[in-house]
Amino acid sequence: MADTPLQVTGSPAKAEEPRLATMEVVTGVFKGWVAGVQEYSLLSFRALKNIPSRPFYFKDLIEQMDDIGVGSLPIVLLSGFFIGAVMVLQTGAQFTRFGQTALTGDVVSLALVRELGPALSGLLVAGRCASGIASELGSMLVTEQVDAMRAMGTDPSRKLVTPRVLATLSMTPLLCALMDFIGLIGGCVAAFFSLRLNVVEFWTRAIKILEFPDIMQGMLKPLVFGFILSTVGCYKGLTVRGGTQGVGRATTQAVVVASVLIIISDTFLTKLCLYLADKVF
Amino acid sequence: MSTSAPTQADHAGPVIAFDGVRIGFAEGEILQGVRFSVQDRETLVLLGETGTGKTLTLKLAAGLLQPSAGAVRVLERDLSTMTENELLAFRRRIGFVFQEGALFDSMTVADNVAYRLYEDKVPEEEIEGRVREALHFVELERTFDMLPSELSGGMRRRVSIARALVNQPPIVLYDSPTAGLDPITAQTIISLILRLRDVYGVTAMLATHRLQDGFALANYRFDPASKHVVRAKGNGAGSADEPVTRFLVYREGLVYFEGSPEEIAHSQDPYLKRFLV
Repeated sequence: MADTPLQVTGSPAKAEEPRLATMEVVTGVFKGWVAGVQEYSLLSFRALKNIPSRPFYFKDLIEQMDDIGVGSLPIVLLSGFFIGAVMVLQTGAQFTRFGQTALTGDVVSLALVRELGPALSGLLVAGRCASGIASELGSMLVTEQVDAMRAMGTDPSRKLVTPRVLATLSMTPLLCALMDFIGLIGGCVAAFFSLRLNVVEFWTRAIKILEFPDIMQGMLKPLVFGFILSTVGCYKGLTVRGGTQGVGRATTQAVVVASVLIIISDTFLTKLCLYLADKVF
Repeated sequence: MSTSAPTQADHAGPVIAFDGVRIGFAEGEILQGVRFSVQDRETLVLLGETGTGKTLTLKLAAGLLQPSAGAVRVLERDLSTMTENELLAFRRRIGFVFQEGALFDSMTVADNVAYRLYEDKVPEEEIEGRVREALHFVELERTFDMLPSELSGGMRRRVSIARALVNQPPIVLYDSPTAGLDPITAQTIISLILRLRDVYGVTAMLATHRLQDGFALANYRFDPASKHVVRAKGNGAGSADEPVTRFLVYREGLVYFEGSPEEIAHSQDPYLKRFLV
């Protein structure tokens, strides 16, 4: 207690409060993150579990395959062509120093099939489709259409999530393969006009350098990336909070999270595939 | 569509029963132990300020949410003991009219109304007829091929009612069906609800801010002979051919008032009188 009105008494208890509040915030954030991972895992598991059982929404699957696969073709093909061309220009410029421009086709083919095709097609489709999925499902959630679906006896996981996941799983490897092919065409065009390489020689070397482990790596990665982008898009859409502003946030977060996860998983998948190529194949 | 009205004998106990139901979210507990029941062919009008749990009550009755405590029994089934798959099948017996209609905006009106029929694998040749019949009931046959974005707010509500009744459920839940509508359109919606009640004999819960909606349901009925809405004889008290209408007022998470239209109209309670303004 103060002796005079102007004295300020010490209050040791108050000095501890900021540390507790920080701990609560950190704990709260950590708990939220763990809960988010749990919900995402359950959503992904249910999406796959629904595949072999009825009812199966085949019409919705076809519509999603059209939207995700056919709809992404222009951006994937256009980007693939110019990425192949850029790769040839960049690598050709280095090989010219050593007089080994003939190796350009080999290197570009390996880079495209093993890495650039899967990663870039995954990122492009994530940007286009993960955002579309998140915004569509988020809009349905905030306008109570998801509740209406449940009220009429439809499982939203079966009707909304599973067709999108399955469509993405089936379309992303095909898109990647097309991107690889168009990328080689773009590279071939650049090689012919810029490096004056023989077209037949370029193609022959590009195809011959590829082995089964390269194809395996190039097809396994799009499967994983497709699963990531579709499940992240569905999760972000179905967990929207805050009305239309929340839908906008979810759309952005879906692209960011899907893209980051694709890049991170690419590292581990590359390591795994190189190990399998070495030990198994 | 058949027009059979289930009689009191079809359900020995209440059709809907809430027993000590609690539910809350991070912001706090909304319902703090509510207890009420709805008998067969009865219409229960839920009144209360915004945020008192009216919509939550309807969603609990449809099994869309689970209470944190207490039991919700619908058609003699305890919803809290049912799995999500069991609830999905069970909800086919409940029609739900959402506040803004909640129509699927990428589908036409016909596809929206037919949605439940497609899910129930009704033969294709039967679907169009039933959809047209449901749209005829709500006087919107002309919107068959239109998209929800092309409809006004009132039309969307009516299509939502058509979608809810297409498979003739015994229970219909209405979430503020007249909210945001002009008085004339609101009357149209109430007339439809009256028709649905008196032609199909549904048991209903209706959440609303407007006391006049409840009084309209209590004081009027649909006469199938003249096909018009006429003054009811019993003023909601119920009789052999007129269903019962009761009011339930929520306040601060609990049931503040439960009673007949007469009781609420003549109540001297200052809080209830605010609804009568």
